[in-house]
Amino acid sequence: MSPLDRKLIRDLSRLRGQVLTIALVVASGIAAFIAMRGNYHSLTAARDAFYARTRFADVFVHLERAPRSVAADLEAIPGVARVHTRISAGAMMPLENQSEPVRAQVMSVSPGRSPLNELELMQGRMVEPHHADEAVLLHSFAVANEIEVGTEVPAVINGVWRQLRVVGTALSPEYVMAIGAGDMTQDPARFGVVWMSEDALSAGFDMDGAFNDAALQLQPGASLDQVIDRADRMLAPYGGLGAIPRAKQLSNYVLDGELLQIQSMAKVVPAIFLAVAALLLNVVLSRLVHLQRPEIATLKAVGYSDREVGLHFFKLVAVIGLTGGMLGVGLGVWMGGGLVNLYGEYFKFPNLRFVLDFGAAGTAVGISLLAAGVGAFGAVRRVMVLPPAEAMRPAAPARYRQSLVDLLGLARVLGPSLQMIVRELERRPLRTLGSSVAIAASVGLMVVGGWYQDGLDALMYTQFHEVMREDVMVTFTEPRPQRAVRELMHLPGVLDAEGQRHLAVRFRAGHRSREASIIGYHERPKMRALRDKWGRIAPLPPEGVVLTEILGEILDVSIGDTITVELREGSRPTKELRVVGFVDEGFGLAGHMQASALHAFVGEEPMVTSGLLRVDPAEQAKLDRSLKRMPYVVAVTRRSDIFERFREQSGQMIATMTFLITLFAATITVGVVYNNARISLSMRARDLASLRVLGFRRREISTILLGEMAVQVLLALPMGLWFGGVLIHGIASTVDPETYRLPIIITARTHAYAATVAIAASALSALLVRRKLDKLDLIGVLKTRE
Amino acid sequence: MTAPRAPRLSPVLEAQGVTKVYRMGEVDVHALRGVDAALYPGELVVLLGASGSGKSTLLNIMGGLDTPTEGRVFYADHELTHADPDELTTYRREHVGFVFQFYNLIPSLTARENVALVTDIADDPLEPEDALAMVGLEERMDHFPAQLSGGEQQRVAIARAIAKQPDVLLCDEPTGALDYRTGVMVLEVLERVNREMGTTTAVITHNAPIASMANRVITLQDGRVSEVRQIDTKVTASSLRW
Repeated sequence: MSPLDRKLIRDLSRLRGQVLTIALVVASGIAAFIAMRGNYHSLTAARDAFYARTRFADVFVHLERAPRSVAADLEAIPGVARVHTRISAGAMMPLENQSEPVRAQVMSVSPGRSPLNELELMQGRMVEPHHADEAVLLHSFAVANEIEVGTEVPAVINGVWRQLRVVGTALSPEYVMAIGAGDMTQDPARFGVVWMSEDALSAGFDMDGAFNDAALQLQPGASLDQVIDRADRMLAPYGGLGAIPRAKQLSNYVLDGELLQIQSMAKVVPAIFLAVAALLLNVVLSRLVHLQRPEIATLKAVGYSDREVGLHFFKLVAVIGLTGGMLGVGLGVWMGGGLVNLYGEYFKFPNLRFVLDFGAAGTAVGISLLAAGVGAFGAVRRVMVLPPAEAMRPAAPARYRQSLVDLLGLARVLGPSLQMIVRELERRPLRTLGSSVAIAASVGLMVVGGWYQDGLDALMYTQFHEVMREDVMVTFTEPRPQRAVRELMHLPGVLDAEGQRHLAVRFRAGHRSREASIIGYHERPKMRALRDKWGRIAPLPPEGVVLTEILGEILDVSIGDTITVELREGSRPTKELRVVGFVDEGFGLAGHMQASALHAFVGEEPMVTSGLLRVDPAEQAKLDRSLKRMPYVVAVTRRSDIFERFREQSGQMIATMTFLITLFAATITVGVVYNNARISLSMRARDLASLRVLGFRRREISTILLGEMAVQVLLALPMGLWFGGVLIHGIASTVDPETYRLPIIITARTHAYAATVAIAASALSALLVRRKLDKLDLIGVLKTRE
Repeated sequence: MTAPRAPRLSPVLEAQGVTKVYRMGEVDVHALRGVDAALYPGELVVLLGASGSGKSTLLNIMGGLDTPTEGRVFYADHELTHADPDELTTYRREHVGFVFQFYNLIPSLTARENVALVTDIADDPLEPEDALAMVGLEERMDHFPAQLSGGEQQRVAIARAIAKQPDVLLCDEPTGALDYRTGVMVLEVLERVNREMGTTTAVITHNAPIASMANRVITLQDGRVSEVRQIDTKVTASSLRW
């Protein structure tokens, strides 16, 4: 082994604290990069594989009833490759373990291999033709309700009570996210999908030789818009509800939204980590090299070439970079696996597992090595250009000058210790700034972590306390006359009831359009309070429609504009409505009208599709039992349940993310503060030892060294809080706002949290450095000059 | 004029049978092998010896920068032998002034502020300006070390050491890094401090001619005191030649 390599090993061992903390920062950056990118890629890869294997359709359309011969016409539309028709309907399952009825979607499966949207069996077998009582359940639903294959479950299908025998459980590309229409979140226990043989359903729904649902697969290069347009026109006479592309298919739509959010996180967070790691490597290594100035000169003096000395330092850098890289890859794979498992709870893909993206890992390690190399290169070169004799002499005493503090006449007030701090910081403003920026980046990341919680809390508070005032929402199978609300009033425990009219529509303004619904409210609604963007209650005008702000943006309309509304009910007329206002809503897209205006607009008798109830909690059980017996009630949703579910699902994700971000941010802070202090300590050991000799106590010299760090951290805090805000705006703008929108709210709690973690990490670093300070060699530093 | 001759008063600082063994890797280095030495009030003592004779080790132990392996050290009637680091810090802070070969000024502080560093933590200090005037630097008070010559820097170090009005002033090779002319100037300052303030002063040097300015000369050789010599006709620093 060459003497230089021996020196390398000893240097590494001597600098192990610094080597380790820098390697950890690099590792954090790489781990975040690999885990978050890998999570995104694993999820998309699993989705794509699942969709491809099961032949997930491109277009979906629901209709009233069409003879099977129409399928051939659909297939004849230019661009359509395959058509799969089926029977699909809502149902209700009065499960014993659930107090409220469970909503279900019943779908027919054709015998043999399904041409599109094939199921992936998890347990048991598929249903056999002519076995009308056999059913395959959505796997997550069966698991959530502990329904075993071979047992029987009750179901009310088209008003008829049937006992179904569960023969298997399956995953479906249509229900990766199993959300019932109109629901805000997944609830695997309370929304199920039941697949039965076609003949069993056609009898029950009077669909012999007919279908009411179709899925289309397109030929490569076919025009989606043209196919949808042709299909809509073809199916209009059969009560077609309007074809929707895969992008708007509920499960896929929600999935895409989630993936987009993961993607935006995966882009922003690791990029910051890597940038900070690179900055830190650069700064720290250049200072480390600077400290070795006499040694470099000696090496040159005894005849080592610039190249050999340079290589020596690059080896040092490479060891740090590669240690961090390997640690990071290992950590990233481990965390990525955890993240994928976490998301696997919500996205029902088969064979979901973490896939290490070797390209991404290589890129991350490469970026770190490059940054480290550049940092060391600059410093090595600065030493190289000096003639050895000059480099061997200690660097000329640092020049200090009168500072602003002196000019203001504050110097005497501050006292020498504070002056030393101020002058040191002023003498190296870029170093001070660099360190502060790095710490600020970590503070900013923690603000982002906190924002997810803050935004969600605000969103939930608005939605569940300010907007929704009812205790229970009862959804009917179909529009019912107004007296249905009066019937609800008479149920046990009901204190108040109010009807709502939901109407599925397609809004159109110019070339822009969006599927949504119009909700008709009581003239003076007690159960729902819509808010404008300033949080004020927005009463509904007697005429016209009030849109969700985001819907207004999608359609590009403003108050006073007229929009076209295609109704998806009855004779499906197309009508026009005037936009009279906007409301700020955290979830979904909708138009809001007074019920009377809506009835007049549709031209119907007063009808309701759901009832909002205020309930006496003591009578809740009795009410549940009564509701379970009402055949036209398809769903009973308790506000508190949605609230809990929402918090549970999002809460776990957010907690995990916050934990990871905090861990990394603390690592960065420790890395920056510790290394800065260690290097300051090496550079100023002589000054500090001199002070100790003069009679300064350890506490007093700690104040001087750690005071510098404290100033850097204090500078970093406001910068970091500001930077966090910038990041949040950036992330929010990349997230699809259509499912739900996190308001940009950063609470004092988040600011305090971010600041506390930064300060705690700094304090920890300070403690580590202080131990070194206590062991300062007083005599040694007095003997030599520098 | 002569400084008070070393009368047999009780010493300000005394080492009794001090031994110091450093463990350097596998070998023990005996820096001091049973040294007895004392500094009496008001005298100027030169500790003479070749490099490695143990004179700096002795000074460091007497100044509370180090502790002996064996033997005892007394400051007046306080024993320093077993003092803990905090007690030694207090001792240095209150009673000892140091001057080193390489000045050990704080580069980020001006001359005045370097002195103020000490006056801020001392009980009954001189004004920094007075201390600097004492060493003839009243005109250069607001200069940073990088703006001062070596001799000026050493004089700032002396001003810093005397500003707290220490009981003893310990100087380790104060002229070691200086040329002859500036070296003499620094010695004149030390002489003046000793004379005017009556501060007990010990000066370490390997430069034999400097011994002529002392009241007493203690010579060390190989970790032992080889000679203690009383100087009856001491000369002024300005007449020294080397």
